[in-house]
Amino acid sequence: MKRRKYRSTKEDIIIDFVVYFSLIFLVIITLYPFLNTLAVSFNDALDSSKGGIYLWPRKFTLYNYRSLLNRNQIFQASLISVLRTVLSTLFCTFSTAMVAYTLSRKEFIFRKLFSFIYVLTMYIDGGLIPNYFLIRNLGLTNNFWVYVLPGLVTAFNLIVIRTYISGLPESLIESARVDGAGEFRIFTRIVLPLCKPVLATIALFVAVANWNAWFDTFLYNSSNPNLSTLQYELMKVLQSANTMTGSLEQALAQAATKSMNTITPRSIRATMTVIVTVPIAVVYPFLQRYFVHGLTLGGLKE
Amino acid sequence: MKTTPVTYELLTENITIQKKPFWQTLKKQKVLLFMSVPFVVHVIIFKYIPIWGWVLAFQNYWPQKGIFDQVWVGFDNFKWLFRDPVFYQVLRNTLAMSIIQLVFGMVSSILLALIINEVRLLFFKKTAQTISYLPHFISWVVAANLVRDALSTDGGIVNEVLMRLHIIKEPIMFLGIPQLFWWIIGASHVWKEVGWGAIIYLAAIASVDPNLYEAATIDGAGRLRRIWHVTLPSIQPIIIILLVMNMGYLLSSGFEQQYLLQNGRVIDYARVFTIYELDYGIKMMRYSFATAVGIFRSVVSLVLVFGANYLAKLLGQERLL
Repeated sequence: MKRRKYRSTKEDIIIDFVVYFSLIFLVIITLYPFLNTLAVSFNDALDSSKGGIYLWPRKFTLYNYRSLLNRNQIFQASLISVLRTVLSTLFCTFSTAMVAYTLSRKEFIFRKLFSFIYVLTMYIDGGLIPNYFLIRNLGLTNNFWVYVLPGLVTAFNLIVIRTYISGLPESLIESARVDGAGEFRIFTRIVLPLCKPVLATIALFVAVANWNAWFDTFLYNSSNPNLSTLQYELMKVLQSANTMTGSLEQALAQAATKSMNTITPRSIRATMTVIVTVPIAVVYPFLQRYFVHGLTLGGLKE
Repeated sequence: MKTTPVTYELLTENITIQKKPFWQTLKKQKVLLFMSVPFVVHVIIFKYIPIWGWVLAFQNYWPQKGIFDQVWVGFDNFKWLFRDPVFYQVLRNTLAMSIIQLVFGMVSSILLALIINEVRLLFFKKTAQTISYLPHFISWVVAANLVRDALSTDGGIVNEVLMRLHIIKEPIMFLGIPQLFWWIIGASHVWKEVGWGAIIYLAAIASVDPNLYEAATIDGAGRLRRIWHVTLPSIQPIIIILLVMNMGYLLSSGFEQQYLLQNGRVIDYARVFTIYELDYGIKMMRYSFATAVGIFRSVVSLVLVFGANYLAKLLGQERLL
């Protein structure tokens, strides 16, 4: 909006007040839960249970983090979470771009058929049980690859990248072809570098979705603790609510009694939440413009 | 907020007419085939074979038996489904929560977009916006944790504030009250998605012709009347279209939120389709019955999506499908 000099009327002042007041309110209710959790995670567990921790720890301690990060279970889960996020992002972005390139070639004979096959998947869904049986019959239960394989190329990402490639100048691709470059070479040398902005966006969406996923672990890999992910570990802690029923809580409570310390379910939850959220919170400020960019790429722009 | 990409053009655009014989072209395009066919096979395996799995719903499926030894029961599973009182509960819960999320999600996002648009301090505007869509990127596992903490009877911030303001005398166990569950789902949905949802309306507001505001000002309209008579009518088409499109997803909106926030006391109000499928299918091993539930949801969703798209086309917005 253009900055203009004008006399503030009474209406202006009221509107400004309402606007700033409601935005500050929004910022507070958005940030408070995160800051409160952060404070609890750095506060002594027994002290936290007395209540009254708001934005700042009262009795500062690193014990919560030390005891959680020392657990092999958490270490292993972090490893799997990072691994699945990195691999999914790489494979998914590359293969989606590759298919998108072939579907953007106007001369490709299966262009229409393949596009249709992909687009239709946006509207049909086999349902939970048939998908479960498929994964089981493919031997992907208790298998790391169930995190990467099923969502390799999705119709939504494909269309976003395809639309972007279609907007690239055709002459670039033509001239490379005249110079004798094959399709794969054109794709890796010309199209991929030109697609950086859209690839960054898709990569970010895939990365966030993978980092945040827990349901696939729950459904397919829950009987193998070595394949657990951070989100699933946090989900288990959450589901066992305020009782020390989960195996992790029991192990931590035992360790705590040995070391003359205490740990409570609330502290475990808060600390886990921080561990799970930090990677997103750290990359978020730098990458949010790509996220927003991606939404408008999604096709709803005018 | 769901976005629907432009696929219409993709389906209707004419390919250039092939003059060479089919096999010759195929041979010439073998690299393109190598680059795409493996992934098309992949999508057929992971997306289309489950559809074939729908036959389970017409059998009394028992995993120990072979594929060809299953007992065929016709539509029995569907008959049981429509006789199951839990099914109607699930349908009610899913629709109620989807509608609450849709209505409150849209209204709050539109309001936020209008409010952000009125901010004149650029730094404040950017900061508030950035913070407002942060929760969109955290998982529901984390969000459910935060919601539980905020609503807990044991020092949860909501109870504390209400008690300080003397609205209530004793902490309320919000998550234990069945009638409140839908509204907690709605409120936490708004908390998580309001900023993200506003982006689309802000983009629409940004494209409003500045001359319209100029003209309105000259005609003596204040800020409120400019919002009412210029901004809102300008973004009305996108509001209608998003409303229609999202109606297509009424049955297929997420379940993670409900699954993670529910507990035994409120389950009658929290059970949505995927939870129903999980309970009957995976836990009770009534695979055929749960498949029938899935088919019902998929088919009704399909009808809703195409209905919504058809409606959108009638409203002159075909670019959305």
